[in-house]
Amino acid sequence: MKTGREVGIAGYGVYIPAPRIDARTIAAAWGRSPDTRLPVREKSVPAADEDTVTMAIEAARGALRRSRAGPSAVRAVWVGTESKPYAVKPSSTIVAEAIGATPWVSAADLEFACKAGSEAMQTACAFVGSGMAEYALAIGMDAAQSKPGDHLEFTAAAGGAAYLFGPAADALALVEGSRSFVTDTPDFFRRQHMHYPEHGHRFTGEPSYFRHTLEASRGLLEALGRVPSDYRWAVFHQPNPKFMRKVAAELGFGEAQIAPGAVVDRIGNTYSGASLLGLAAFLDAARAGDRIFFCSYGSGAGSDAFSLVATARLEAARDAAPSVADYLERRQPIPDYGAYLRMTRAIRML
Amino acid sequence: MTVELPRYHRLRGAYYRLEGSACPACPGRYFPPRAVCPACRTAGLRMFAFCGRGTLYSFSRVLQPPRGFASMAPYAVGMVRLEEGPLISCQLADTDGVDLSIGMPVEMVTRKLRDAEEHGYIVYGYKFRPRLGRAR
Repeated sequence: MKTGREVGIAGYGVYIPAPRIDARTIAAAWGRSPDTRLPVREKSVPAADEDTVTMAIEAARGALRRSRAGPSAVRAVWVGTESKPYAVKPSSTIVAEAIGATPWVSAADLEFACKAGSEAMQTACAFVGSGMAEYALAIGMDAAQSKPGDHLEFTAAAGGAAYLFGPAADALALVEGSRSFVTDTPDFFRRQHMHYPEHGHRFTGEPSYFRHTLEASRGLLEALGRVPSDYRWAVFHQPNPKFMRKVAAELGFGEAQIAPGAVVDRIGNTYSGASLLGLAAFLDAARAGDRIFFCSYGSGAGSDAFSLVATARLEAARDAAPSVADYLERRQPIPDYGAYLRMTRAIRML
Repeated sequence: MTVELPRYHRLRGAYYRLEGSACPACPGRYFPPRAVCPACRTAGLRMFAFCGRGTLYSFSRVLQPPRGFASMAPYAVGMVRLEEGPLISCQLADTDGVDLSIGMPVEMVTRKLRDAEEHGYIVYGYKFRPRLGRAR
């Protein structure tokens, strides 16, 4: 898919909360052997006063700082998440108000499991690309939910990124094209009033993550007439360190192309924020002319693939806001599993 | 909470964006916003958005929190001297494991201010944390 007029990322900002819990602390609480192989070393956890809204606000402020746009020029604020603080009341209006984009702005929360953030990116691209807006803000942010004791508890993390889309003249990275691939696949779901999502066991993996990521990625490469070696960097949704590497290898991307964006290795799976955080790690490092391949995945299921190329403006704008590395280095270890349960409000009084 | 709802809504400019007021006739800058300048008594002060950077003037740790703040305890409160001049009182964020000191650079962040009940309204507003990462 290509936009009517050329569009690019005019600003980006990220957020990762400081608290971290060691995966061995979770394993010990559930009686796992100390020799158990765990998917990640530690994961990020929101502090007691943080949620998806507060994290989205900080990422959005970073995106504006790296751009030439004032907040009143932002015509849309879309927040993609599966951890809205309110069941009924948009998160996007709070974010829009906090960054000063209200009242002449379009706003909504998008839901598509881990693909909600990249769906917001597709929509923002179209909004700017059609000429309806000069700037539109797309955010993917999550304080990921996982049932205590479930294997997802080791990786379900918190964080994400915000991307301000704008005209090509303002771009830090140009969007060359995008492609979405969606089917109805029951791999992961949560019913109303339930606290934690469930897996559709046999649908996890091959028919969901791999099929959709491969189809969307191949579809975009084919449409643009490109091959993986045309790209300096590539980022995929990263529910764990294994899936992303397997899908990259199957498509023909090497470890050197994906390693700097493998944020999952350091903080776990930030759901809607995961692929967007990985992309930001590349924007923190890319030089003008570097081509970046991006493909998200969300259960339910679908993938959005984007092809981007960094512009000469990127390096000058980069230092206006904290980098992914700044947030990765800011760590506050959580002392024990009890403190973790308290912070995540998993303890309920009966 | 129902009584406080309109109050928090009315204060959202100050809570979310650190909007105070500036006197058109003298260098006075005020937070929270004022209607009349206490220095020169000029009325009709205009909205002024503070940049959100400052230094820690004083601080204390709260171990026995008042109602509504229990889930965040222990936490720190402080007084911050904003770059533009005013001294404001606020909660401090991300202070676990941080050696707070008078004069340290801090910056404004938006956080949950108080612990609403599960069915209640969430109050978001400004807090200050030790300044993060590279100088901006």
